[in-house]
Amino acid sequence: MSDKAPVLEMRNVDKSFGPIDVLHEISLKVHEGEVLCLLGDNGAGKSTLIKTLSGVHQPTRGQMMMDGQEVRFPRPRDAQEMGIATVHQFGGTYPLMSVGRNFFAGAEPTKGFGPFKVFDRQKANQIAVEEVQKMGITRITDGDRLVGGLSGGERQSLAIARAVYFGARVLILDEPTAALGVKQAAHVLRIVNEAKRRGLAVIFITHQVMHAMAVGDHFAVLIRGAIAADFRKGEKSREEIADLMAGGESMADLEANIEGYMETHDGHPPPPAH
Amino acid sequence: MSSQNGNGSKGISLGALARRPETGSLIGFIVVYIFFAVLGGPVFLGLPGWSSWLNIAAEVGIIALPVGLLMIAGEFDISVGSIVPAASMMTAMLGGHYDAPAIVAILAGLGVGLTIGLVNGLLVTRTTIPSLIVTIGVMFAVMGLTLGFAVLVKGSTSVSYVPDPLTKSLMGQFVKGFSVSIFWWLGLVAVFFYALHVSPWGNWIFAIGGDKESARNAGIPTSQMTIALFMASGFCAALVGVLQVMTYQQAQVAGGQAFIFNSIMCVVIGGVLLTGGAGSIIGILLGTMTFAVVNQGIFFAGLDPNIQFIITGALLLAAVLSNDRFRAMATSAAAKK
Repeated sequence: MSDKAPVLEMRNVDKSFGPIDVLHEISLKVHEGEVLCLLGDNGAGKSTLIKTLSGVHQPTRGQMMMDGQEVRFPRPRDAQEMGIATVHQFGGTYPLMSVGRNFFAGAEPTKGFGPFKVFDRQKANQIAVEEVQKMGITRITDGDRLVGGLSGGERQSLAIARAVYFGARVLILDEPTAALGVKQAAHVLRIVNEAKRRGLAVIFITHQVMHAMAVGDHFAVLIRGAIAADFRKGEKSREEIADLMAGGESMADLEANIEGYMETHDGHPPPPAH
Repeated sequence: MSSQNGNGSKGISLGALARRPETGSLIGFIVVYIFFAVLGGPVFLGLPGWSSWLNIAAEVGIIALPVGLLMIAGEFDISVGSIVPAASMMTAMLGGHYDAPAIVAILAGLGVGLTIGLVNGLLVTRTTIPSLIVTIGVMFAVMGLTLGFAVLVKGSTSVSYVPDPLTKSLMGQFVKGFSVSIFWWLGLVAVFFYALHVSPWGNWIFAIGGDKESARNAGIPTSQMTIALFMASGFCAALVGVLQVMTYQQAQVAGGQAFIFNSIMCVVIGGVLLTGGAGSIIGILLGTMTFAVVNQGIFFAGLDPNIQFIITGALLLAAVLSNDRFRAMATSAAAKK
């Protein structure tokens, strides 16, 4: 697998907005059937990185490669056409539309006579339900159901199934598990695995180390716009990763500090640092 | 639930019916109709009753259809209130004052509506000003222009026009008390039903109203669609203006303001969410009929005409409440098995 060119690669990408440098020298690659986890605390530059990958922003310096060829995405549409699909937390689903209509929004199947195009509801519902079930969500059986009635995990799964169906090669998942309960998050993680099994390259953005470790093959920790660590599965423990994300400050030290303070101050936590 | 999940059963289950957004509108219409039928008696139930409320429904209904589509897409159009007189003034001026052929006068009147719709659409999609404000601004501008031109050209605020018999019979005739605009309205109902529920564009309209950003990401041409919808509402408002000229043989610079609130009321009573993303043509049709029945039923019932405002207001509030309930039901069904 490693002798094949990565599906998507960033080489020394910088991104600045005017005088503010947001990303520094980012180099990443993700292969087919591989999950790259991007870990980082809030404000670490994760969203800028995603937007650069999906064509919303252009890199200020550096190269982006797909299958070993240099590419540029002037618009998000260009990235989509190359097979890069981005799924945001709830993005891409419309609560008051049915599963079938959601699945095909913008690419409706039609049966037509002449200029009169007719939205093929039955076909849309059938394909949508099939595809979602193939991804392992068996609870969705009725394509007419409104998406607003689905759980957060199911909606997320629907969006992923949609991206897979429309030929995505790279799946960028932006904090897909952040707002979900434990069970639903497990749901989504299972779908990430399924996408990986089908040979997609997945970039999984999260700040939940547990979720990353459950599916990731490759990990990159982002701190203040730079990659602070880059390692493969099994090379670091959960504590080490959490410490890295907290900016090198050991989580254990932090906990010890707080506990020490509470002991000497009648159980009150320390005032928040400004 | 499990019984419904079978092989796409088409049976009408009570639960599924209750979840349809039109159900509330249907119940509302039936209740209102029975209320006025009891008070109004056989006259209201007979031809005079039907023709009087259908004539009202047709005029406001033609405008409520595109206003409803816009609301589903998350936009408002207030400017319809001044497009009606602007279009009728243009038609009467060309046909009556300049003696242009009827077809030219009509096309010019409809052109006024399409142009104002285009301006609305461009302003809404190219700027960040909410459509409510944009269309209020455009409404005043158009109102001023209409008045200015009328006084400049004719030196008066009303222009009369006598259409030729064919034009009159197609656009301004009454058949046993029923105005031909009822047929225009029903034709447009079919066109809009096709656009929203049958064609793929309907899906785009719902998606734009549901989440514009996602719709754009999914490749839906949101700006073109929004502009097209504003042009549709400009066109329909202008059509009402033209129909009025042909019916009453006169155009006034004032008037038309009532259409603003009335069309929104029909649409909301018809179950369209003010926040966009949900609604149906059948609902809008029922909402319009309900509104018209209240509007005209008052006279047949022999009640104080002012009561109609109280009833309409109460209906509006009830409709918004039930619309909200529908949305809550639609988005909270996750817990059920």
